[in-house]
Order: sequence, then structure tokens, then C-alpha cells
Amino acid sequence: MNPDLVVHGAEWTVKELFVYPNEFIYWSIQIVMYPYMTGLVAGAFVLSSLYHVFGQKDLKEIAQFSLVFSLALLPVAAVPLLLHLQQPMRAIEPLLTPHFTSAIAAFGIVFSTYALIVVSEIWFVYRQYFVEQVHALAKQPGIGNAMRRLVYRALTMGAYEVGDKAIATDHKAAKILAAIGIPVACFLHGYAGFIFGSVKANALWMSPLMPVIFIMSAVVSGIALCMLTYIVIMEWQAFRNRRRGGVHKASEIRGAETEVISKATRYLLGFLIAAISLEILDLIFRGYTAMKSWDILRSVMYGKDFINIFVLQYTLGNLVPFVLLMLPKPTIRRTVVALILVLFGVFMMRWNVVIGGQAFSLSFSGYMHYHLPIIPHSVETFKEGLFGALSVLALPFVLFWIINKFVPSLRRDADTG
Amino acid sequence: MSCSRRDFLKQSVASVAAAAMPAATFVLLTPEEANAMVEESVRRWIFLVDTEKCTGCGLCVKACKIENEIPYDAPVSRTWVERYVVTKDGQTHIDSPNAGRDGFTTGAIRGEEIDPENIEKAFFVPKLCNQCDNPPCVQVCPVGATYQTEDGVVLVDQKWCIGCGYCIMACPYGVRFFNPVTKTAEKCNFCYHRISKGKEAACVQACPFDARRMGDLKDPNDPVTQIVMTERVQVLKDEYGTKPQVFYLGLDEKVR
Repeated sequence: MNPDLVVHGAEWTVKELFVYPNEFIYWSIQIVMYPYMTGLVAGAFVLSSLYHVFGQKDLKEIAQFSLVFSLALLPVAAVPLLLHLQQPMRAIEPLLTPHFTSAIAAFGIVFSTYALIVVSEIWFVYRQYFVEQVHALAKQPGIGNAMRRLVYRALTMGAYEVGDKAIATDHKAAKILAAIGIPVACFLHGYAGFIFGSVKANALWMSPLMPVIFIMSAVVSGIALCMLTYIVIMEWQAFRNRRRGGVHKASEIRGAETEVISKATRYLLGFLIAAISLEILDLIFRGYTAMKSWDILRSVMYGKDFINIFVLQYTLGNLVPFVLLMLPKPTIRRTVVALILVLFGVFMMRWNVVIGGQAFSLSFSGYMHYHLPIIPHSVETFKEGLFGALSVLALPFVLFWIINKFVPSLRRDADTG
Repeated sequence: MSCSRRDFLKQSVASVAAAAMPAATFVLLTPEEANAMVEESVRRWIFLVDTEKCTGCGLCVKACKIENEIPYDAPVSRTWVERYVVTKDGQTHIDSPNAGRDGFTTGAIRGEEIDPENIEKAFFVPKLCNQCDNPPCVQVCPVGATYQTEDGVVLVDQKWCIGCGYCIMACPYGVRFFNPVTKTAEKCNFCYHRISKGKEAACVQACPFDARRMGDLKDPNDPVTQIVMTERVQVLKDEYGTKPQVFYLGLDEKVR
């Protein structure tokens, strides 16, 4: 057979017993990445809103950072979808001819609404800073500074008014946007859960709890990632200040960091409990009602995917970090370990939903096993392989590094909101 | 002759609009044609599979692959034939090697020989798209590339499909796949290009035993419709509420 004529999915699907001829694992690693990345976006935004809307003052510093980080994560949420499309050049079509009975059709609209909210909120929070930069850079020589000034001038969009009244208006606008942003962020992600939960053909996916489970675990993963990145950056600043003797003492930075982290941990635990409870409820309900599909679901969950679900997701990804975070006298090091495990646990949850949902045949008489392509030998095995997934994972950090050059999310020297 | 700017613009717009009107605007329709446009379709294509007659020869799969240009050796097919062997211990063995394209030439199922003495019953079941009345694949297509025609057949627009695979996931029957050539969603369409020109679908024509037949549900005199109306027919997986329009005679409860 012509090697160009590879059937999508055939490369990484191994069939066992009876599976319909056309069944393959069509939704692979990138569809695992999609809800994972969207979840991080939504979670980061919710964390920032806890401060902006509900006035959780102790979260102020991490809130600022989460807001900018959620902007860096935002474009990345759409990348996995683009990578998995068989016709990526037609990706604009859902916006041109949206077919609204489809959950996917709304993606462009929900996604761009959310993007607008995040970008406008950041603008209101940082407008004063932009104006200050324009004035400060005017006095400095050099082409680099001139260029930077040009960027900042563009960012102000001509709004140079920084009187008390104008700043108060900015704060109010940011607060309103953050408030609107929470339901939109939840919708963005709950809707990702709806995409799966509404597939009646798939016995594992079909559940009205799916969107809620997705939202809860999204917030968990978003908070965890923001905390982790925050810790890394703060440790780096402390390390640098210790060496160079900066404005702030290392101990001062460490102190502030511990304060913020212990507050954020409480929210993380709350959402973690909600997420786990819902997942367990879903599991118990399926077992209790024991519909036609339960036989095959049980053999997948308690048999073939036991390690993935009960060992990696529930024990290592949920239970262990839960205990680590609950133990008295928390340390930064232990928190880091717990956060990494939480992120891993949420990833495994996405994996077990997406890949696990395709682990059994629609005939309920056979299984499909997924073998993640590691060494790519074609565009498809790169896109939908380990390296494609790693590229998606790395992208938000690259974007954050760039955005942070102009919108510093962790400024300790000035007050911005 | 004087012409104000306002008049000039008005007349320009009018003449551009008139010029843009296609000649088709003025075509006169026959009463039948006009009727067909405003009233519901005169046809509803249905399919009848008589499992008692199927011998698993695979000619239907061959004919389908050739007619619809599905790569012959690719492990996907618009239609396929399943073999069921129920043994005396109550176990069901199912297979469909190469989608049943080359027939079932060996008694072994996935390499496992089954003692003929131990067989309770065995039969073949051809499968194809059910052209559901309530098609989940059409519901979930984000761009409307898959749609239902007035006569009930679900089609895919190969030039508009974005290849997201949502329709493949939504189909409870597993009839959809990605066409390895066009990289778009693909499925059986009852050979719409043939049936709308009065010809038989490729599989129907190829079947030597009349196990596959097609009819028009809106024609009470249609022999297939009469069978569906008067005999005990069954459909696949009606619990999904898709209202499948492929009817089966002699369907066993073991069939998935």
C-alpha cells in the first residue's frame, strides 16, 4: 500500500478481540492536551479573579501574575485543536459557517470572547504602567529605548490620562471584567467538558457531570501551575538577589512567597476536594446503575486502565498531593512536589477520559490500545506524538517570557492595581 | 439632458442590481419542479438487509470499495460484513477480517480454530451507514459539512470538512472514518450518485443472494417498503435514539 495512504489512527492503535473495522483511536494526544491547556487558562484566570473580584488581598501578588500568565496560556489552548485537524487549512470554517447544533462550533466565539476579556482586563490593570513607561523612556537615549517607547505608546492606545479619577475608573473596569470573566472562563472549560459529555455514542464520556468535573479540575490545575511558576520565579529572584545584593533581601522575598503560597494552597485544596468528589460520584453512579455498557467499562477501568486511573490519577495525582498539602508546617519544597503531582494528576484525568473513552470498541466486544508515537517519522506522528505534545506544553512559557518583557507581572517596586 | 448626482447614483445602483441578477431568476418551473422545491421530498431511501441470505462472500465490500474509490487495501471501508459464531458454552466470537472483503475462507477466528461440533449457531451480518432520521453525526459537525438530504441520505461535503473527527466519535455504529486520500470524514451514502440516477447501489447490485435491497419508504407499493411494513424487522442500537433506516430481517440478539 502507498505509504502516503496511512489511515488516520492506524499507526498508534492496536486492536484486541472484535472492533469494528473503521474504529481507531482518532482523538489522540492533542485532544488530551486541548482540555488540559484550556483548563490551565481557565484556572489561572479564576485565581486572578479571586483577588480582583472577591478582594482576597493576600492573593494580590499571585493574582497579577496569574492574569498575565493566563494570557500567555490562552493562544496555546487553540494550538492542539489546530494540530489534530486533518484539514488545518480549513480551521477558520467554524467561524465562517458555524453549525450551532455542534458543541465545537461555538469554540471560536467563546474563545475570542474570553480572549477579549483577558486582554482588556490586562490593559486596564497595566494602563498606568504603560503611560509611566512612555514618559520614563522619553528621557533615555538609544534606539532600543525608542523602540520600546513606541511599543508602549501603542499599548496606551492614546489614553494618557492618569489622574486619580481615571485610575479609579481603570480599577472599576478591571473589576467588572474580572467578574464577567469568571463565568466566561468556566463556560470556556465547562464547554470543553460538554464536547465529551454530550457524545451519546461513547459510554464513558456521556455524563451530565462531565462539564462540572472539567471545570473543577481545570481550576485545580490552573492554580497549581500558577503557584508552581510563581515559586520558580520567586526562588530565582531570591537567588539572584542573594548573589547581586538587589533592592530586596532574599529573606524578604522568601517571606512574601510563603505567605502567598499558603493562602493559594487553601483554594487549591477546596477545588481539589470538589473535583474528586464529583469524579467518585460519577464512578459510583455508573457502577450502581450498571447499564449495558458497564461490563466493558468495568473491564477497562478496573482492568486494562487500572494503573492509569487508580494508581497514577487518583493515588499519585490526587491522594498523595492532598496529604502533602494537608500536613502541618508546610515547606516550599514539599509544596512544589505536591503541585507537580497535582498537575500530573489532572493530566492523567484528561488522558483517562480522552484515551480511556476510546479504549473499548463501540461493539462492546473488543478493546483498543493506544501507543503514543515517540520518535516521529512523519508529520502526523510528530503532530500527534510526544514531541507535538511537548511543544504545546513549552509554548506558554515562551509566550509568557515575551509578554512579561512588556507587561511585568511580578513587579515588586511599583503598585499597579 | 440634465442628470443630478443623486439621480446618477440611483440609476447606477439600479442597473448594477439588475445586471447582477442571474438568468436563472427567470427560468419557468414546471408544476412538479415547483412542488418539489416547496413540499417535502417524495422519497425516503431505506435499506433492507436479510441476514438469513448473507453468505459472507464479500462481493458487496469489494464492489463498494471500487465504486467509491476507497483505497482497496486500507483497513477502512464504507460497508463491511461481520461473522458471528456462538458456541455451546454461550460465548460469541465475532470477526470481520479486511472488513469481510475477501470472504470468510477459514473457520478460524483471529487465529483460533473453533470445533464445528461446538458451534450452536453462526451467521453473517452486513453493516453500513444507517442514514439515521436523527443523525448524531449531522448534529455535531461544527461547520455543517455533513448534512441530510431531503430523501433521507446523510452526505459529507469533502471540500468543506475540516477533519475534526467529531462525527466519527458521535456515530454509535462506527461507520465513519477518515478517507486516507482526501483526509476528510467518509462514510456510506447508499451510493447517492447512483441511486439518484435510477441505478442500484454498488453493494446491492453486487450481492448475488439479494441479501441487500433498497427501497423508498414513501412508496407504499415498493416491495422493500412492504416488507418493512408487514414483516418483523429490526434495527441496530435503537437505544441511542438515532432512528436508523437500515432494517434487518433475522437479526440475532447477539449482534452488536
